[in-house]
Amino acid sequence: MGFEYISNAIHHWLYETFNPSMALFMEFLLVAISIITLFSLLGLVLILMERKVSAWMQVRLGPNRVGPKGIFQTAADTLKLVVKEGMTPDGADRFLFNLAPFIVMITAMMLMAPLMFARGLQIWDINIGVLFFSAISSISVIGILMAGWASNNKYSLLGAMRSGAQIVSYELSAGLSVLTVIVLTGSLRISDIIESQNDGWWIFKGHIPVIIAFVTFIIAVTAETNRAPFDMAEAESELTAGFHTEYSGMKFALFFLAEYINIFIVCAVGATLFLGGWMPLHIGHWQDFNHIMDFIPSSIWFFGKTFLLIFVIMWFRWTFPRLRIDQLLNLEWKYLLPISMANLLLVTIVAITKWHF
Amino acid sequence: MYRETEIIKEPSGNDPVDSGDMIINIGPQHPATHGVLHLVITLNGETIKKVEPHLGYIHRSIEKMCESLSYRQFIYITSRMDYLSSHINNHGCALCVEKALQLEVPPRAQVVRVLMDELTRIASHTLWWGAMAMDVGALTPFFLAFREREMINDIMEETCGARLTMNYTVPGGVMVDLHHEFQRKVKDFIAHFKSKIDEYDELVTDNVIFKNRTVNVGVISKEDAISYGVTGPSARASGVSCDIRKLYPYAVYDKLQFEEIIETAGDSFARYVVRMKEMRQSLSIVEQLIDNIPEGDFQAKTKAVLKLPKGEFYTRVETARGEFGVYIVSEGGTTPYRIKFRSPGFSNLSALDHIARGSKIGDLVAIMGTLDFVIPDIDR
Repeated sequence: MGFEYISNAIHHWLYETFNPSMALFMEFLLVAISIITLFSLLGLVLILMERKVSAWMQVRLGPNRVGPKGIFQTAADTLKLVVKEGMTPDGADRFLFNLAPFIVMITAMMLMAPLMFARGLQIWDINIGVLFFSAISSISVIGILMAGWASNNKYSLLGAMRSGAQIVSYELSAGLSVLTVIVLTGSLRISDIIESQNDGWWIFKGHIPVIIAFVTFIIAVTAETNRAPFDMAEAESELTAGFHTEYSGMKFALFFLAEYINIFIVCAVGATLFLGGWMPLHIGHWQDFNHIMDFIPSSIWFFGKTFLLIFVIMWFRWTFPRLRIDQLLNLEWKYLLPISMANLLLVTIVAITKWHF
Repeated sequence: MYRETEIIKEPSGNDPVDSGDMIINIGPQHPATHGVLHLVITLNGETIKKVEPHLGYIHRSIEKMCESLSYRQFIYITSRMDYLSSHINNHGCALCVEKALQLEVPPRAQVVRVLMDELTRIASHTLWWGAMAMDVGALTPFFLAFREREMINDIMEETCGARLTMNYTVPGGVMVDLHHEFQRKVKDFIAHFKSKIDEYDELVTDNVIFKNRTVNVGVISKEDAISYGVTGPSARASGVSCDIRKLYPYAVYDKLQFEEIIETAGDSFARYVVRMKEMRQSLSIVEQLIDNIPEGDFQAKTKAVLKLPKGEFYTRVETARGEFGVYIVSEGGTTPYRIKFRSPGFSNLSALDHIARGSKIGDLVAIMGTLDFVIPDIDR
């Protein structure tokens, strides 16, 4: 009994009980509630994970006071942020200032739609799934620019401008590295891409070009989510807090949460494209091995891979110093972009000549 | 050569402010300034056109306060200047008083002072290492640095009774004898730190991003370093030989085997490397001395109330940041007529505008990090 069966059952029950428009509305409501629940759960888990990972790397204990092993620390922090006054500075553009966190948040929410969390558990199996990711994820930069401009603060403005330049640049190599898998799969639909990895994940099947693409992808998405060592937009030792210097209370919390959700989403996309999404580890025609692997539930495979990638990105943050803005752009335009382009050509040749497994 | 002076030429043809420039205040409350330093920066985009340090936020008029304190008391205030090398500051002041009184310091006290000096230098440099790495964006080294610094602080606490402002040195020697656990703990620390300093190099020094951020960033030439009065590791990175411990040895430094670290590049990375190597040198000094502490008195016999002869006295010591000078004018009384401290941070800060012009705002924190400012040392 998989997720597909449950969702179909709910779908049929809704349409039999209510009239079609009401049923559709109910479906929307269900999806919205489950997404928001997932959101807050992910926020709680990821922020705690970051604090625990950093503590582990920094010879500290991390949060350990609120609840057993500090698991309710994030909940306590959220409570504090909720009751805090959300100030708007005097010179700020009030409308844009208050709109910006929501834009960043809503884009993060929209990106949840085509993700396939487990076998048959997907909100919207759109036929241009991957394109949807790259299109919607670029919108969040508008929210950041808006926040930086509307704050009427020089630090915020500098942070926002940096972020704009950075995200626009790194979109390119992220997009190009995603394309390598598209070339091999021949489809933009997420479910097709996962299905194509039935006999092995692309990172194994596509050998060298896909590994190059994977590395490029990880670097590019780290930059796109404004994470260290590419956290130019925040750079606390230079710009205090970058584009969200003036934000406080829940509006700040939205930015903070969106950052973590974005990490989850890009890692989920990486896991889907390169590591087979919910697909268990299958090796060619080893039927017995594949069968044993199938016993592990698909959701565990998906979340396991995603959290592995999230851990790698956190590892970056707590180990590396920060790049300078011009070095950051040099890295993209002089190294990553040419490499990704050549790599795309290479993968095309591989796909045409069927050199991949 | 070291004392040569040169007229500082005003860089011509770049009038700082024109339209399109942005003036931004870094500090007095800013994570990169490590204290209440206020920098007014003129920016063109991300490029720095001018840096104007504004001082005085933590000015306590220590020099004036010293005029009303006796020669035993004024030493304690100097711990509050450069609090990271407080012991070395105390040492400098004590040396000046001893020079005036022509007081012979017992050999045990001299060795203990040097031991404490070098431990202080290691503690200061470790903290600098963590803070510097934090400035360029790596947060983990800060915690690693504190782990080692904590061991030194514990050693200090046992012997001196304080962790930061030790006030251990008095005219004529040191205040109390060493704690009986001192030697064992220092040896433990030496063994521990030797492996950790390699870890430091692994984590930060050889990192590609760190090298990108520091190599060829914030270059100051040898001539400029001399004319701005930059001293300490920052000047030695530009090739200026200015280690007071070598040039004008005090205490037992002339009997010790250690090198004066000199780099020639003059950039942030050279300043970084000099400090990293200095830590190893200090460690070797501690190693040489820890088993050879002479027995005997830890304090010379002095009168209860010290009266300096009429005259002017100047001594200098090498703190973790550079040359620290003490200038006492005595009228023959129990309190100094006038005291002037030459603090390394102030002169090093004067070079900041010259170094930072034309670099990016991200470089500014790397430059400030490697110049190693302690704000109370600048303001006094």
